[in-house]
Amino acid sequence: MIETVFTPWASLAGGVLIGLAATLLMLTLGRVMGATGVLSGVIFPASGAEFAWRAALLAGMVSGPAAIWLVMGEMPAVEVPVSTGALVIGGIIVGMGVTWGSGCTSGHGVCGMARLSPRSIVATVTFMAFTFATVFVLRHVIGG
Amino acid sequence: MKLLATYLVGLVFGVGISISGMANPAKVLNFFDIAGAWDPSLIFVMGGALVTTFLGYKLVFGRAAPVFDSAFSLPTARAIDAKLVGGAAVFGIGWGIAGFCPGGSLPALGTGRVEVFLFVAAVVAGLLIARGTTAPFVRRVSA
Repeated sequence: MIETVFTPWASLAGGVLIGLAATLLMLTLGRVMGATGVLSGVIFPASGAEFAWRAALLAGMVSGPAAIWLVMGEMPAVEVPVSTGALVIGGIIVGMGVTWGSGCTSGHGVCGMARLSPRSIVATVTFMAFTFATVFVLRHVIGG
Repeated sequence: MKLLATYLVGLVFGVGISISGMANPAKVLNFFDIAGAWDPSLIFVMGGALVTTFLGYKLVFGRAAPVFDSAFSLPTARAIDAKLVGGAAVFGIGWGIAGFCPGGSLPALGTGRVEVFLFVAAVVAGLLIARGTTAPFVRRVSA
């Protein structure tokens, strides 16, 4: 376990920027900003046009840390408190879950919730509950 | 022009994720650890993103169409079924194990950290597995 500092203002500012990006993507392309859809659309493109905008969006996302580095002089912190095995197994489970559940934190949790979509509200409540439960079990029941 | 605009939208998202702490699994997992080293920062990320998107969408949907297309492409699925709920539950378990969600990990690729590439590769493997199989909690319709 790694202790982290409570950062309400930075997190709020980051959240507003995430919301701004979601709004701008709807304004320009008329699309929902979902990381799951971006990744699967780049890996398994339905057509050239469907690939191109997602690849451009992904390139922009990946440029985020470099932009932070240019302005602040350091990369954003990435601290991984879990084992490599947990990272890989968790990643595979995430990939399966977001495919079956048709979305993740950005697609359901931000864009869908903002549209008051019943599907997204149910999905978000469900995955948040299961993440809380999983962390509790791993850290306090098994990990102790 | 359209792709440049899209790149810039992705950049805003990537900077937002980076500032927010969503790219940092330690911070994400501590948010979910109320019984332990609780860090409530992620409430502010979700709150800021939700309120901004809610208001932003209200403005955008006042238009007849987006700037670069003839119509908005919104999800059309309506069913709240076992696939949706089961999939969301599976995603939650994976998020709790790894600490990264897709939206947090994609911008984090830009830090060049090996762990992030490993996680995203595992997610792609999961996408492949799920695309080739029926979800275990979805009852197959018999012919």
